[in-house]
Amino acid sequence: MKLHLRFFASIRESLGLAHEDIDLPENIKTIDDLRSHLITRGHPWTETLAKDKVLRCALNQQMVSVETALIDGAEVAFFPPVTGG
Amino acid sequence: MPVRIQEHNFDLTQEIALLRKDDAAIGAIAIFIGTVRDLNEGAAVKAMTLEHYPGMTEKSLHDIVDQAKDRWDLKDALVIHRVGPLMPQDQIVLVAVTSAHRGEAFAACEFIMDYLKTLAPFWKKEDTPEGARWVDARVSDDQAMARWAKK
Repeated sequence: MKLHLRFFASIRESLGLAHEDIDLPENIKTIDDLRSHLITRGHPWTETLAKDKVLRCALNQQMVSVETALIDGAEVAFFPPVTGG
Repeated sequence: MPVRIQEHNFDLTQEIALLRKDDAAIGAIAIFIGTVRDLNEGAAVKAMTLEHYPGMTEKSLHDIVDQAKDRWDLKDALVIHRVGPLMPQDQIVLVAVTSAHRGEAFAACEFIMDYLKTLAPFWKKEDTPEGARWVDARVSDDQAMARWAKK
């Protein structure tokens, strides 16, 4: 499965990366699987996306829960809880 | 356009004039303006930068405005949110809602702000004497949104 990943705010800064195209192994099915997969990359991924950190994720620009199934060709974004207004 | 994201400032008088133009059925206009404070979490704020997620920001704000229109009998609604560098006292956000009577306008204006605070992808970074820091989300914002849950 191919995805376009995007990172914002403190996540973008700590990864030093705003976006990335990724080709995933078949066993990665959900947002949570994707997060676990990225965590295995080591520093700075491991601490930035650590499961004890509160993160929000969006699938095709819609906020979703971690159990949400990924869609081939989708845009997936990780970011901290929002602070606008 | 009921939703605008922009770097430049907005003029309240001009925006309200446009919003109510030619609609004599409007009897109430509720307005909220959010501004930059010079103090947050005990530190002086010298400046601020607002980041957002282009595309998703507009979608989420349109969705919030649509939900408000489904819930209350509104004439129209407008949301303007600024992004980029801002200074203390600058205007950040404008929410304006028009309706026939004040009840709908007040409620919808507050609803839109509470949802925006929790769902619209904006992030504030503050410049303080101790260095730059990302603003943490507040639990009180989640609580403010939760009270609109339909019973």
